[in-house]
Amino acid sequence: MSQTVFEPWNDPQAKPLIQFKNVTKRFGDFTAIDNQTFDIYEREFFALLGPSGCGKTTMMRMLAGFEKVTEGKILLAGQDMAPIPPNKRAVNMMFQSYALFPHLSVWENIAFGLKRDKKPKDEITDRVAQMLKLTRLEKFAQRKPHQISGGQRQRVALARSLAKAPKLLLLDEPLGALDAKLRQDTQFELVDIQEKTGTTFVIVTHDQEEAMTVATRVAVMDDGKIMQADTPANIYERPNSVYVADFIGDVTIIEGRATKTGDGYDIAFAEGQPTLHAESSKTFQNGQSCHLAIRPEKVAITADKPDTRNALKGTILDIAYLGNLSTYHVRLETGQIVKAQTANTRRLSRRNFTWEDTVWLSWTDTAAVLLEG
Amino acid sequence: MRRVTWFNATSLTLGFAFLYLPMVILIIYSFNESKLVTVWAGFSTKWYGELLSNQSFLDAAWVTVKVAVMSSSIATVLGTMAALVLVRSGRFSGRTLFSGMIYAPLVMPEVITGLSLLLLFIGLNIDRGVMTIVLAHTTFSMCFVSVVVSSRLVSFDRSLEEAALDLGCSQMQAFFLVTLPIIAPAVISGWLLAFTLSLDDLVIASFTAGPSSTTLPIKIWSSIRLGLSPEINALSTLMIAVVTVGVITASLISKRGSLKRQADERAAET
Ligand SMILES: Nc1ncnc2c1ncn2[C@@H]1O[C@H](COP(=O)(O)OP(=O)(O)O)[C@@H](O)[C@H]1O
Ligand SMILES: [Mg+2]
Repeated sequence: MSQTVFEPWNDPQAKPLIQFKNVTKRFGDFTAIDNQTFDIYEREFFALLGPSGCGKTTMMRMLAGFEKVTEGKILLAGQDMAPIPPNKRAVNMMFQSYALFPHLSVWENIAFGLKRDKKPKDEITDRVAQMLKLTRLEKFAQRKPHQISGGQRQRVALARSLAKAPKLLLLDEPLGALDAKLRQDTQFELVDIQEKTGTTFVIVTHDQEEAMTVATRVAVMDDGKIMQADTPANIYERPNSVYVADFIGDVTIIEGRATKTGDGYDIAFAEGQPTLHAESSKTFQNGQSCHLAIRPEKVAITADKPDTRNALKGTILDIAYLGNLSTYHVRLETGQIVKAQTANTRRLSRRNFTWEDTVWLSWTDTAAVLLEG
Repeated sequence: MRRVTWFNATSLTLGFAFLYLPMVILIIYSFNESKLVTVWAGFSTKWYGELLSNQSFLDAAWVTVKVAVMSSSIATVLGTMAALVLVRSGRFSGRTLFSGMIYAPLVMPEVITGLSLLLLFIGLNIDRGVMTIVLAHTTFSMCFVSVVVSSRLVSFDRSLEEAALDLGCSQMQAFFLVTLPIIAPAVISGWLLAFTLSLDDLVIASFTAGPSSTTLPIKIWSSIRLGLSPEINALSTLMIAVVTVGVITASLISKRGSLKRQADERAAET
């Protein structure tokens, strides 16, 4: 790990590697990417996250040069990419389907790009050997793609796209076909490779855990737009919209009306329920409607009324047991469900609460996030 | 296994007899000692020997092979190009017309194709010979190649070509280094199809052949008008043998390929 914090997006001096400038992509009259402007910096591991069909692959294909930008510009290291065909870009892409050449061996697949560059023979041999070692494929060099397993194929695809040491590597759902364990190993491998090679990665995924694990920044997309691009921690702790809060992780959203008090706002959300309090740097008008987003693990669950401002009474409707954690679904008298999560430090048989128990939920003034509604 | 019923066995036998009995008889009589086709006079291979010393048959065989190799090769190149255009370029104005024109020879009566080509050659004042048969065979077998190749291209994963471009290939290199090797089996079977079509074509060849360029089917056809001969039987038996060996070899090769692939895939899973 480096000593200084890696945050080029906060440094006004930093030169972005990729710049999207008002990029719009239309297929016929369908808008797949809607007027997007953002930067990606060198050595970043930039993750595009979003539901299926939101435009992630389209974004990648524009970077690789397989789709023309309808409006706006994409710059790579300051240079407009529009007139440059895919084979002349210092960009390599790892395809969602791997796209390994079935008639070539693993070795030849990895060497393919190097041979096109007319590199000397021993240089190619060295580089391929290096890539095989990095992806632990030495034993399979002479096999054809159909003679190796899914996980190995994925690593061949990765090695092939890394071989030319591109400035920018695009990974389209690279781990989609792998089982959970192999997936996790490979995620760490990717981060490791990235640290060793210094390549900039843009990775598409629909798995948020994957995005949170590997990325320097996560861009949450919806319907052709980036809703928020920020560090995994900020995306999780400081979502800027209900959409992002809801998309990433588990959350309870309470709708109410804000009234300024002290460092934050009082939120009245239902007849007969106490007002809640949340600190926020955002400004709300008195009486403006707002959403309070609270993560389950920040909600404490107790049998007696706690001594805090944010305390709600309810009955346990459901308990989701996840092994290390349990999530309680608690119904307030208003019918609203609030989720609370606790670590299972005791054995199941010694658990404090069970179905239909009346409990108190509470959280601190800084635990919840206030969002415009 | 289903039990073989009396009815199944009979209909199968009759069916196969209908298809193959004439050929079996032809093969048997090609080994007939007698010159009379309908009288069996003992086993002999003398007609095969006679065939090999008959210069006009050998000439015809040579012309046929030349025409078949040339026309099927040209048809394969043109048919593959047509298939690429049809499958790849999506919608362009005149696409329907273009594909209609490519596939028309499939349903066009051979007599019409032959006659119109004949008129064309006469109109252009081209001497009829090997080249005119090659041209004629190319035009009608090209559409068969294009059908075979385009059915393969439809299921071809375009991302393979994109991957090639991504790794620095030009469009041309992507085609020759990635697409062509992968669709090669379809291209080869297209070639084989065009080759056999050319080998046994009688109608179109009769219209477009000149006096010095008689093909085997024309030769056989014209000699049986002078009466059946055991020599023709011997020649036909040889043609059956060549075709049978070719078909069996081709199917063995492709079957072994797919079996090996399956075994490999099973081995990779474990
Ligand atoms: N070539 C295309 N023609 C028409 N529509 C397309 C094309 N490619 C993608 N789209 C549409 O653009 C949208 C975004 O697609 P895509 O980028 O593949 O989504 P994702 O990768 O996020 O699942 C989808 O609604 C898809 O139907
Ligand atoms: Mg996609």
